[in-house]
Amino acid sequence: MRLLATAITIGVGVIAPAIAVGMIGASALNGISRNPEATSKIQTNMILAIAFAEALGIYALVIALILKFT
Amino acid sequence: MVEISLKAEQLFSIGNFGVTNGLLLAAIVSLILIVFSIFFKSKIKMVPGKLQGVVEMGVETLLGLMESVLGSRQAAEKYLPLIATIFIFILTSNWLGLLPGVGSFIFKEGHAGVPLLRSPAADLNFTLALAIIAVFATNFFGIVILGIFKHLKKFLNFSNPINFFVGILEFLSEISRIISFSFRLFGNIFAGEVLLAIMFFLLPYIVPVPFLLLEFFFGMIQAFIFAMLTLVFLASHIAKVEH
Repeated sequence: MRLLATAITIGVGVIAPAIAVGMIGASALNGISRNPEATSKIQTNMILAIAFAEALGIYALVIALILKFT
Repeated sequence: MVEISLKAEQLFSIGNFGVTNGLLLAAIVSLILIVFSIFFKSKIKMVPGKLQGVVEMGVETLLGLMESVLGSRQAAEKYLPLIATIFIFILTSNWLGLLPGVGSFIFKEGHAGVPLLRSPAADLNFTLALAIIAVFATNFFGIVILGIFKHLKKFLNFSNPINFFVGILEFLSEISRIISFSFRLFGNIFAGEVLLAIMFFLLPYIVPVPFLLLEFFFGMIQAFIFAMLTLVFLASHIAKVEH
C-alpha cells in the first residue's frame, strides 16, 4: 500500500511541473525567435522561471522519498 | 540493495553535538575554499597570470549579471559577497560530492558501517541553513536600505483591508521561500545521489558516465539558481517604492 502511495505521489506529482516547464521553454523559444538580440536576458529569466516550476515537482519527489525511506 | 538514507548519518559526537558525514564533507569544502582564497590573495599581481585571469573573468561575469538585476554597478559590488559565497559554496560542495570517494568509504564502528563522506547538500540541515541565511539576509538588507518602518509596511499595510490581506500573504510567501529554497536544493541533490547509487549498482561500467555528467550539470544549475533567486528577492526588497 505504501509503495503504491509512493508511486502515485511521484507519478501524478510531476505531471503539472512537466507541462509548466514545457510551456516556459516554448515561450522562451518564441521570445528568442522574435528578438535574437535579447537571448541572454530571456535565457536568464527562463532559467529562473524553470527553477520555480521545477521546485514544485521536487516537493512531490521529497514526499515520495519520505514515504519510501521511513 | 544499496542502503540509501534520507538523513545524514552521524559519525561521532563532540560532546552533545553529533558530527555527520555531510558535515564532514562541508567542513572539508570550507577548508579547501579558505585555503584557496588565502593562497590566491597572496598571489595577486597588477598584470594577471592565468589563474588570476580566470578568477577575474568569473567575478566580472557574476558582477555583470548582478548589475543587470540590481540596476547599478555599485549595488552589485555591495552585495557580491553574499551572492558569490552562496554560489561558490553550493557549487563546490555539489561538485566535490561527485568525487569517487564520497559514499563509498565506509566508517565502521562495531558491525554497523556508514559512508564516511556524503554530499553536503543531500542533507536537509545544510540546505535549510543556507535558505534561512538567504531569506534573513535579504530582509536584513531591506531594513538597512529602506529603514525598518518602510520595510515592515510591506507586510503590515493598514491602509485598506485588501492591502492588509496582501501584506499577510507577502509575509507567508517569505516563510514559504525558506521551504522552497531548501527543498529545491535538497531534492535535486538527494535525488541525484539516489540515481547515481542505483546506476552504479545496476551497471557499474560505462553506463553511469552520462548520469555523472547530468549530476555535474545539475549541481552547477542548482547553485546558480539558488544564488540568482536570492539576488532577485534581494532586488525586490531593496527597490525603492515609487508612486
